[in-house]
Formats: sequence, structure tokens, C-alpha cells
Amino acid sequence: MERIGDHAAIGDGRTVALVSRGGTIDWLCWPRFDSPSVFAALVDDEAGRWTVAPAGPFRTERRYLPGTNVLETRFIAASGELVVTDLMPIASDEERRRLLGPDHEILRIATCRSGEVELEAVFEPRPGYGRERPRLRDAGKLGIRAETRGGLLTLRADFELRIDGGRAVGRVRLREGDARHLSLTFADAWPAILPPLGASEDALARTAGWWRRWSDQIRYDGPAREAVVRSALALRLLVYAPSGAVVAAPTTSLPERTGGALNWDYRFCWLRDAALTMRALVALGLRDEADAFVSWLLHTTRLTRPELRVLYDVYGNAPMAERTLDHLSGYRGSRPVRIGNGAADQFQLDVYGEVVDAVAHFVRSGGTLDEETQQVLCDFGEYVCRHWQLPDEGIWEPRSGRGHNTHSRVLCWTALDRLLMLHEKGHVRRAPVELFEQNRAAIRREVEERGWNAELGSYVSRLGGSELDAALLLMGWYGFEDPRSERMRATCRRIRERLGARDALLYRYRSGDSPGEGAFGICSFWGAELLALGAGTVDEARDAFERLCGFSNDVGLFGEEIDPDTGEALGNFPQAFTHVGLVNAALSLEQRLRGEKPLEHEVPSRGEEPVAGVVT
Amino acid sequence: MNVGSWLLWGFVATVVLTTLMAATQGLRFTRMSLPYMLGTMFTPSRDRAKLVGFGVHVVNGWIFSLLYVLAFEAWGRAGVLLGVAIGLVHAAFVLTAGMRFLPGLHPRMASEDQGPTVTRQLEPPGFLALNYGVRTPVSVVTAHAVFGAILGAFYAVVRG
Repeated sequence: MERIGDHAAIGDGRTVALVSRGGTIDWLCWPRFDSPSVFAALVDDEAGRWTVAPAGPFRTERRYLPGTNVLETRFIAASGELVVTDLMPIASDEERRRLLGPDHEILRIATCRSGEVELEAVFEPRPGYGRERPRLRDAGKLGIRAETRGGLLTLRADFELRIDGGRAVGRVRLREGDARHLSLTFADAWPAILPPLGASEDALARTAGWWRRWSDQIRYDGPAREAVVRSALALRLLVYAPSGAVVAAPTTSLPERTGGALNWDYRFCWLRDAALTMRALVALGLRDEADAFVSWLLHTTRLTRPELRVLYDVYGNAPMAERTLDHLSGYRGSRPVRIGNGAADQFQLDVYGEVVDAVAHFVRSGGTLDEETQQVLCDFGEYVCRHWQLPDEGIWEPRSGRGHNTHSRVLCWTALDRLLMLHEKGHVRRAPVELFEQNRAAIRREVEERGWNAELGSYVSRLGGSELDAALLLMGWYGFEDPRSERMRATCRRIRERLGARDALLYRYRSGDSPGEGAFGICSFWGAELLALGAGTVDEARDAFERLCGFSNDVGLFGEEIDPDTGEALGNFPQAFTHVGLVNAALSLEQRLRGEKPLEHEVPSRGEEPVAGVVT
Repeated sequence: MNVGSWLLWGFVATVVLTTLMAATQGLRFTRMSLPYMLGTMFTPSRDRAKLVGFGVHVVNGWIFSLLYVLAFEAWGRAGVLLGVAIGLVHAAFVLTAGMRFLPGLHPRMASEDQGPTVTRQLEPPGFLALNYGVRTPVSVVTAHAVFGAILGAFYAVVRG
């Protein structure tokens, strides 16, 4: 079983497949992120995979085609060199009108670049999280068919494949310049569309062009541009295009500690993660995703408004109930493998602040709010006024119970602060100003008095407590504290002392809730960003940021966590949260380097131009 | 022939047949969608094909219901069982001869012999439309039996 970080991701705005360094797709849920898997060898060797690689020993080098999510793996064998290009085809709206294409397809194009290489393909579908063993049927020119409970899988190749039990295997010797194509399609509701293999190169050109046109919109010229563009592309892979929802990660149960039980299903849309993702994409000038997310948010919260759930499925429904798949052995023995997520029933007050702040960023970038959205935002504010005193589970979703979390209080303050600003500038016409102002002031008082531990000289995780967590770094980000203030600098120092690992890495906390887990990706980037915002020097910020970027895998992807000892990725992969942290830290660093005033929360008055220098 | 009764109940029977088949498709009994298959004869755009195909399917339903009505008139009576009997024959024709000839008629449907080409990419139905799922014949037979039953039950034969 290959390591988590040995994988690259390809996707089509509906789901993501993970491709290993060895040319194996060992994670794929079809037709959407939270559907049952077709290949799940990443969490159990017997749960299905699809390999296209040289038959003998080889080493590999990989890259994405520039500006795209099309993966190119170069296999270097003793007898020659083989390049496999992996993609999930995408077409523009205009192309969809003109061309009949499959709803769901993976294309794998193998080209011999030099010498001779024997190509081997092994197709071993095990749908339903490895529980189904479908009968493969050779349908001649129509390919090899596997009827599953979820739909029809059709594998076609321009070389001979033979059925061997529950597998289809084929070998072909390629000489320099030879190419072979493999197409796997999935049809769940409609008759399958089977594109001819000769058209694979056209599909590759269309897909690469689509991604390039998308990534060309990115407006960023600061440090580590390549890492920022890759992060944006990774985030775009996690957007479910038909609805605009953003999933936290495309996988389930990749462990936060190898061999441990901290294994969760992230194939859902956490409002917090989605709001942060949207904000990062808006800041890079990518407005379409922001528009789609605001529409999704309004649609999704209609039934529970003004109460927000913590997470939703891609169509805004409650996610499936959490349960374990005991027949799966887990990633390197990390059991149990879970599907569904129990955090859906938690009470997390910070979500309101995240969502309102994301909408404020949307307005800053030139977005406008209709009457319904304005009313919804005010309803969120009134809900916050009624509930901010309550204990909640908070951002880290512990299963050990609720508490009075400082971060949640700060985000309640943020919600009211941004609403008052939106009202003042005319974006929210009717708002209970006095109610919002009184509660905002009360929250600030409480956080400043009870969230600050004078003995420790730091803000603390829970009111009146003495523990620290990395989410406190965000107090500067949200404008509750000036990042250059003495309190913020002191908190930053304490967090580095208590939660710091090597090379600017930070743990999210050190308590009994997650023993043995790795350093947390986004927290580490928060640390670098706070330095950029003023808690440190430019050089300190740049140094921390660059060292953290060095923990990505060979194609620029991050998991949720990083093992400080080995540098290996841990947790679900690739993880939106970490890439959001990278983008935001890069943007703050860029602003600092340009000498611009960082951390602008102001929104322009209604009718004015978007805020200059941030989003145009 | 009672034209008004034919137009009314032919339309109702077609709508019910379409609804039943769409429901079995939605419930993943089958991937077969006659409106989609008909629509892709005219356009490669999926969304437009579903809309165009629905219109063509309704007109087809009316035309086929005319054959039912002519049979009722020839027998001088209509009834549920007679309607169901014609429906079963109709379903058998669709599943066997209809599906067999379809790849030859459909400009975007691949054939089992030639495989997909640049212009022909739609999966052919195969014998009894089993390529669209093993329960497809059940769905087609049931829908056509109901189609016939509605016409048989409600069509008013003109008494000579």
C-alpha cells in the first residue's frame, strides 16, 4: 500500500480519483464524492484498483501539465521510458452542446517516449467499498462491462484485455512513439456514452484547455506562485460543480495517526471549510466559484435557517449517519474505516462568523447581495445574539464534549462586526443595529477578560482555562486583535513554544483528544500568516512560509496533517483546509512585501468599486 | 372511431407510460430512457435531447395508441385485458425488433459489431435492451401493459 502523499489527484468537478506513483488508481468514488467507492485499495488491498504501468521495475517522476489537473507520470525503466497521462475529461458548456460525451470517464493515455517498454494494465473493480465483486463480461467492440449496484462500468482499450476472474488484464509491448489508450466510463442513470478511443487526444486537449482557461484567471504574482496556483487547482477539484458545494477532501478515513482510530469521512461540505475556500478563491480573483457557493449556501440553509448545520452533502442534505466499515482493514491497519460523519450533529458557533465573513469578502470583491440574502444574514446575526453565551464543540470537533471556546466567541464577534459593517456601507439595508452592537461589545469584553490568561501571558483555548490551540492565531486574522499588539505577539510566542514542531510546523493542540496526531497543515500556515500580518518580520514570515511549502508532495499537494518526524502527509488527501491556509498565507505575505496595508476587512459602500489591491 | 376519446386517453396513457419508465430509471431499475434515446437522434446536447425526446415520445405514444384504438374498433369492444394483451405484444416488439433495428436507425448509436465511432457513441440496447440493466425488460413490459390497460379501460368504442 503506497503512502498517502504518494498520490496525485485528478477530477472533473464531481469526484476525484487518486493516482499513486506506481500508476495505480486506488481511490475513486463514482459518480460523486460521497458515493460508494469503485476503487479503495488505499484503505484495503482487496478493495479494488486500476493499474497502468510498465510490467518490470521502474522509477517515476510526475507532474501536472502546467495550469491543469491533468497528471503526467513518467516511468523510467531499464529498457525505455513510458509516460502515462491521466485525466477525467471536462468539456465547456459550448462543447457539451456540440458533443455527446460520457457523464463520467477516466482516460489513461500511455506513450512510449524512448526505447521499448512492456505496458501492463490490471483492472480490478470492487465497488461498494470493496464489498461487490462484479462479474466482468467481454462485450467485444463495446469493451469489458461490469454491471454494479451503482451502475455500469465499461473499460475499453486499444489493445487486448482478457478477463481473469474478477480482473481484466492486458500486456502490450510499446516502441518509441507508440501510444495506447484506456477509457473507463460509468453510467448510472442513462445509457452509457462510449467515446471512441481515437478521440482520446481531443478529450485531453479539451480538458487541458478547460483547466488552463480556468487557472489563467488567477491573479497572484507573489512568492511561491506555482504552489499557490497548484493549491487553487486542488481547491477547484473539491468543488462539486453541479451545486457549488466544496467538500473538505475527497477521501474517508485516511488516518491522522497511522495505525490509529482518528479516521473520519471528509467527503462532505463543512460550511467552515467551504467559506474559507471561497474566500481564498475570491482573493485570487476567481469569482464564479464564489457566486456558486453563495447560491448553494442560500439553497442549502433554507430548511434550517437561521440555524446552520456544521456539514451538508453536496446537494445540501444532511449527510449519511456515521458508521464503520468493519470489513476494511484501513490504511496501513488504521481502523475503523468510517463513512458518514458524526460531527454533523455537533453545535459549532464559529460557523456563523465564517459564513458572514466569507460573504463580506464576496462583497469586497464586487459581489452584491439581494434582499433575501440580506435577510438571511440578519437572521444569522440575531441567532448569534441569542446563542453566543452557550458552550459548543467548536472548530476542532472533539468527541469529548462542549466548552466555552474562545475561538467560537471570536467568530461570533466577527459575524456581528461584519454585519454591522455591511449595514453601514449599505449592503444590508435593515439590521437591528443596537442589538448587534450591544452583543458585539459584550463578546469582546468577555473574551478580553476571560479568554486572556494573565499568568500565562496568552489567550487560551477555553474561557478561564490554561490550554492553547492554534485557532487563537486567527484572532489577528479576523481583526479582533491587531496582529502587532502585545497580546497577539505574546500569544503567538506561547503557541510556538507549546505547539511548535520543527520547520514552522504547528500542532493544533496538545490534549488528550487526538493523541499522537501530526502537525496540522492549516495551523502551520496560520502561524506563517500571522507573522506576515505583523506579528513577525517579513523575513521570518517568508522563511516560515517557504519551509512549510516544502512539505507538499512531489506534485504540490497537502494532506490534513504532516508527520513532523518524517514529513509524510497524514489524514484525508488532498485537504482543502491546508491549501486554503497556503493561499491565504501567500496573499498576506504578498501584501506585506508590497508594503500594502494587510488584513483589510473594510467593504466598499454600495455602488462603489471593489476594494483595490485585493480583488479586482 | 372516437377521435376525441383517442386523443385524450392516448395522451394520458403516454404520460403514464413515460412517468413509469422515468420512475424505474430514477430508482435505478434500468438505464433505459426512450425520450433520451429519441432525443439524441436529433441533437448531441444532453439537456436538449431530453426535452426534444420527450416531445417526440409523446407524439409516438399518440401514434401507437392509434393502433390500439384501431384494434378495439375492429373487435368492436375495448377492455383492460385486451389493452394489456396489445401492450404485451407492443412491449415484445419494442424489446426485440425495435431494439435490434435501433442502432441502424439512430445516427448517434454505436453498433455491437463496429463499436463506438466519432459520431456513434451511444451504447446500443442489445437483445431485450439488457445492456441497459437486467431489469429493463420488466420495466418495459410493465409500462406497456399499463399503457394498454388505460386505453382498454377508458377508450369509448363507437357503436355502429
